[in-house]
Amino acid sequence: MSHNAHIPIGPYHPLQEEPEFYKLVVEGENVVDVDVRIGYNHRGIEKISESKSFDQSIFIVERICGICSSSHPIACVQALEDLAGLEVPERALYIRTITQELERLHSHMLWLGLAGHFIGYNTVFMWGWKYREPICDIMETVTGNRQNYAMMKTGGVRRDIEKEHIPYILTRLDEFSRQLDMLKGAILDDPVLHARLKGVGVLTKDAAIDYSALGPTARASGVDIDVRRDHPYAAYDRVKWNVITQSTGDVFAKTVVRILEMEESAGIIRQCLDEMPNGPIDSNPKDIPPGEGIGQVEAPRGECFHYIRSDGTNSPLRHKIRAPTYMNFPTFRETVIGETVSDATIILAAIDPCYCCTERMLIVDSKDKELMGVQELIRLSQEKTAKLKAKMGIK
Amino acid sequence: MCPTIRALERTDDMKIDELIKSIQDKFGSKVLKVYKHNDKRAYVDIYPKDIVEFTKYIFKDMGLRFNIASAVDDFDGLEILYHFADDLTGYVISVRTILKDKFDPHIDTITSVTRSAWWIEREIRELFGIEFDGNSDLRGLLLPDDWPKGVYPLRKNFVVPKRDSRKA
Amino acid sequence: MGLKEKILSKSIYVFHVSSGSCNNCDIEIIDCLTPRYDLERFGIVLVGSIRHADAMLCTGSANRLCIPIIKRLYEQMPQPGFVIAWGACGSSRGLFKDSYNTGQPLDEIIPVDAYIPGCPPKPEAVIAALGKLKRKMLAKKELSR
Repeated sequence: MSHNAHIPIGPYHPLQEEPEFYKLVVEGENVVDVDVRIGYNHRGIEKISESKSFDQSIFIVERICGICSSSHPIACVQALEDLAGLEVPERALYIRTITQELERLHSHMLWLGLAGHFIGYNTVFMWGWKYREPICDIMETVTGNRQNYAMMKTGGVRRDIEKEHIPYILTRLDEFSRQLDMLKGAILDDPVLHARLKGVGVLTKDAAIDYSALGPTARASGVDIDVRRDHPYAAYDRVKWNVITQSTGDVFAKTVVRILEMEESAGIIRQCLDEMPNGPIDSNPKDIPPGEGIGQVEAPRGECFHYIRSDGTNSPLRHKIRAPTYMNFPTFRETVIGETVSDATIILAAIDPCYCCTERMLIVDSKDKELMGVQELIRLSQEKTAKLKAKMGIK
Repeated sequence: MCPTIRALERTDDMKIDELIKSIQDKFGSKVLKVYKHNDKRAYVDIYPKDIVEFTKYIFKDMGLRFNIASAVDDFDGLEILYHFADDLTGYVISVRTILKDKFDPHIDTITSVTRSAWWIEREIRELFGIEFDGNSDLRGLLLPDDWPKGVYPLRKNFVVPKRDSRKA
Repeated sequence: MGLKEKILSKSIYVFHVSSGSCNNCDIEIIDCLTPRYDLERFGIVLVGSIRHADAMLCTGSANRLCIPIIKRLYEQMPQPGFVIAWGACGSSRGLFKDSYNTGQPLDEIIPVDAYIPGCPPKPEAVIAALGKLKRKMLAKKELSR
């Protein structure tokens, strides 16, 4: 469903005066309850998919989410390949891996920038988004577009990576890695961030398993799951990489997981470019027989799951799409109750949901009287950091 | 390794047949049919009234992760597939139930076993009209509040007319 | 020269409205304000409230839940102001026109002054669009003298 299109868009809230989206009930400074209303992004994609052919469905699922623009198509084509028992050429598997990891890099960097803004580190915001640009340039070289890639098709990929482009890709990747190192040192060693983010919004391991949390949200709580290792697809079982986990489950752990994952991704891309074999990129399947198939992919936020049932015609009978934020959202309720109001935005940001949603947060007190909107919440969060800095004697 | 808080009888070199056999041994004739699609996918058919028992065993005892539930409007009735993923071995076992009564379909909620089913049951009720008995919070999730009652968009009898892109 | 055209030749304050978009366009809007493309050097700033805005930037195919909100926001925008439809979804609902949850196209809800097609439009397309719009408005100013 299109509500699964949870992508960060930024701190500039789109719809401010409208029915409550997130209603946080507070008593004094602490949050006692939270209610969520979604549906503002619901576009009925599953129903649209039933009226399109299988090839057209891939373009629609790309537009579920701007950041998971290669995850959803890969999951969709994997569901079809599972259904029909199709083989994918090796070179195509490596190209899928490279596209997927490039997307992970730019998504996590984007998240870093937004989280920085919520805390009040606007330089991190500007630099994070600026240092994301080499990745967008690589994407443009490889796929032709900065955002919606249109790379995937059933049985392979649509475009090849030319040999002449590889030195350019490696140069830009090195540029990105240098800047990532700089940001990593600045963020992970900052005492203000340690004080601000450690112990905030803790998701216990038991709760993470009960809610079936996914991606960095689960890995930061010590749940060691990663679709790339557990349900191997593309070329992930052919290259060496590590799954990053932390055990504390707070916002700081989620930040650490994402930063270290970016380093792993850069390593995977370099290995793939090195080891990619020559050969065809498309196996040219003819028909999709009746049956059902499942595709799973590790998007930057967690596992994307597609289930397709076919009745032998050229359109899916049923196309079920489940994006990772659908399972991670309910953990917000678990983690924010008992925390202070000034931490609410950063706790929500740590799940990495669509920021349209963060923008519709509203605070009411227990008598249902409206107190403040999201702009004030972000300002509260930034003020808390400033107070901490003053207390620690840091300018 | 996939950690779990529940009793774990699986190892990472188990075959999917062993997992299916353990379900069949536990439930006997309550397993109506097993379809093994390939080495990674299996579909187990059961009666709707047994869903909570099966979920308890697969989620709590075997330690599989609840992925999502997908409802399908088919000729036989309304099908709900509960997908469980085994992160240790890489298999997905989907439990299928068919609700033959399309006018007033009911099934027990599995939120007593796992809170991760909370939202998907709200969504399926809204889009397919299936009632989940025992779930106290079945408010709408996605559709506008003024959506007409009794109209379920994902059922096959709901047809969206094709529109010209310049007209409403 | 009308007041509307006069505004356009100075720096514009923009309020961003997203009504059911996949957020690709929204990311590109923010990309325009970050150091690489930096629309702020033209004086263009994103504001936090519609009451401070000269222009309303709409992304997304207007979802049924969002249509009353868009209308209300347009009424609250101080006149003269103008509306820019961003992306394929803003211009004509894009590939969501056949959805059960999509209503009318944006220009049947509120009057639209400019369309920027693309899925998503590149930041270069946005800068070109703003230049075109300004030239068009200034040309109108010449004709009306």
